[in-house]
Amino acid sequence: MKQIVVISGKGGTGKTILTGAFAALAENKVMADCDVDAADLHLLLSPEIEQRHQFKSGFTAKIDKKLCKECGRCVAACRFNAISEDFVVDPISCEGCAFCKFICPAEAVIMQENIAGEWYISRTRFGSLVHAKLGIAEENSGKLVALVRQKAKELAQKEDADWVIIDGAPGIGCPVIASLSGIDCALVVTEPTLSGLHDADRVIKVARHFSVPVALVVNKFDLNTQMSEEIESYCHKNNIELIGKISFDEDVVKALVEGKTIIEYPSKGAKEQIIQIWEKLYQRMR
Amino acid sequence: MIISVASGKGGTGKTTVSVNLALSLTNVQLLDCDVEEPNAHLFIKPEIKNTVPVYIPIPQIDKEKCDFCGRCQEVCAYNALVVIKDKVLVFPELCHGCGSCTYFCPKEAIKEVDKEIGCVEIGEKDSLQFAHGQLNIGQAMSPPLIRTVKQYANPSRTVIIDAPPGTSCPVIESIKGSDFCILVSEPTPFGLNDLKLAVEVLRKMKIPFGLVLNRADIGDEKTDAYCQKENVPILMRIPFKKEIASCYSRGENIVGALPEYKEKFEKLYKDIVRCRT
Ligand code: SF4
Ligand code: SF4
Repeated sequence: MKQIVVISGKGGTGKTILTGAFAALAENKVMADCDVDAADLHLLLSPEIEQRHQFKSGFTAKIDKKLCKECGRCVAACRFNAISEDFVVDPISCEGCAFCKFICPAEAVIMQENIAGEWYISRTRFGSLVHAKLGIAEENSGKLVALVRQKAKELAQKEDADWVIIDGAPGIGCPVIASLSGIDCALVVTEPTLSGLHDADRVIKVARHFSVPVALVVNKFDLNTQMSEEIESYCHKNNIELIGKISFDEDVVKALVEGKTIIEYPSKGAKEQIIQIWEKLYQRMR
Repeated sequence: MIISVASGKGGTGKTTVSVNLALSLTNVQLLDCDVEEPNAHLFIKPEIKNTVPVYIPIPQIDKEKCDFCGRCQEVCAYNALVVIKDKVLVFPELCHGCGSCTYFCPKEAIKEVDKEIGCVEIGEKDSLQFAHGQLNIGQAMSPPLIRTVKQYANPSRTVIIDAPPGTSCPVIESIKGSDFCILVSEPTPFGLNDLKLAVEVLRKMKIPFGLVLNRADIGDEKTDAYCQKENVPILMRIPFKKEIASCYSRGENIVGALPEYKEKFEKLYKDIVRCRT
């Protein structure tokens, strides 16, 4: 079984469009959406949820007013300024470290477990999908990503799948690190812009830091051919395989509006290029 | 006044809006809090005057004093310390720097040492003040760095905060304390889905907000319908124009290439001020 993740550094470069297309092209696979913060893949795959689970993570302090003697030790101890002068914990600032709980002489602090989100196993027209929704303003998306990855892998083993196709998390922090662990190939999607190259470079460094093989795709390359050339020479210099270029194609948004992957849309330009990218990837990974 | 610029996901034009708004106003400061992927500097091209490393305190165990009682492991909520027979293992990437272990160690065997997580760079471009954070590669803890960037906010200026994309902790950390938040989205199913999430965040945080619709002429009508139903003011529409896309791709600014946009961004600011009062 091979695990492929599509990442981009910054979102909005076509990561989900490409993941959706691969979901349509690959045979015998399981899909996973690791963009738990702003999951979009479900808009293309229209999943029917079969299993729904709570994601519990971390704790938030709460002070019992009846027990509190207002000694102020918790306020002084908390490094996240989460406790107000009148001994109320701000749940958004609280990091759940429990320093206050241990320091309180009156045992007035209780630590409550957070329900930080939900994760699901769903059926789609292309196969099983593991996805999740992080609660608003919750942290630990890295942990939820790791959970989605683990469940997708288990499911793939159970179904004896050949591929796990993963829509990766944006950024270079904990969620993307969790998206990259144990991956056979990370496909980095970038647009031909100065900031696109900058973001791709940062995320490639992260992937390499964790020894994950990378390949690069330039999306909408014809919006700035000069910049695309620059990206090409960047790839050459850094020994990165440029696995394909996709042209700007209005059909991509049109397919999206209809809730279809580009593969299911009667189209030529981008669709054909994406099919070629998948074939190359397939050859490379076999 | 602090105005933050956020979006449910990246790539919607958040940085474009922050940068061009900053360039259209006077007496302004731009703070790029997207410390994982800071980009605003590519467009502003500020002269960096000062680079300040940012640290979090992590525990260091004094083997002479430690008697392996295990108290530190007990108080650490993040499993960043593991005590085995005659050793204490510290996992710096799990540590939140809360200081609990140091305080509670009965043998005073723990001392806090600095671990660098990134840096803040402070600079300016003409009269525009600028600061941003850069998270070190392989580093997972962005909120402490975001907090440090925000400490550079200049209260005598209009402060524009370019927030990271999404709805999780780094975003909250960035927009907390803002007087107004501009959401940037595009009228596609992805854009609308992410916009709804962002709206939920702002309602939860009780920060007033409005929408800038980027690439306003692609996609479908559903975003407009949603905004009308949910009473989300659409403050500005930026059409999908080849000129705009191509100046973005070169790292140039809209207000530089298409001066008529300066007025539009000034109006955006005035509308925000009006929304506030
Ligand atoms: S748990 Fe930690 S962060 Fe939360 S209020 Fe207590 S001391 Fe502060
Ligand atoms: S400082 Fe806090 S988070 Fe870090 S090791 Fe000590 S108890 Fe754990």
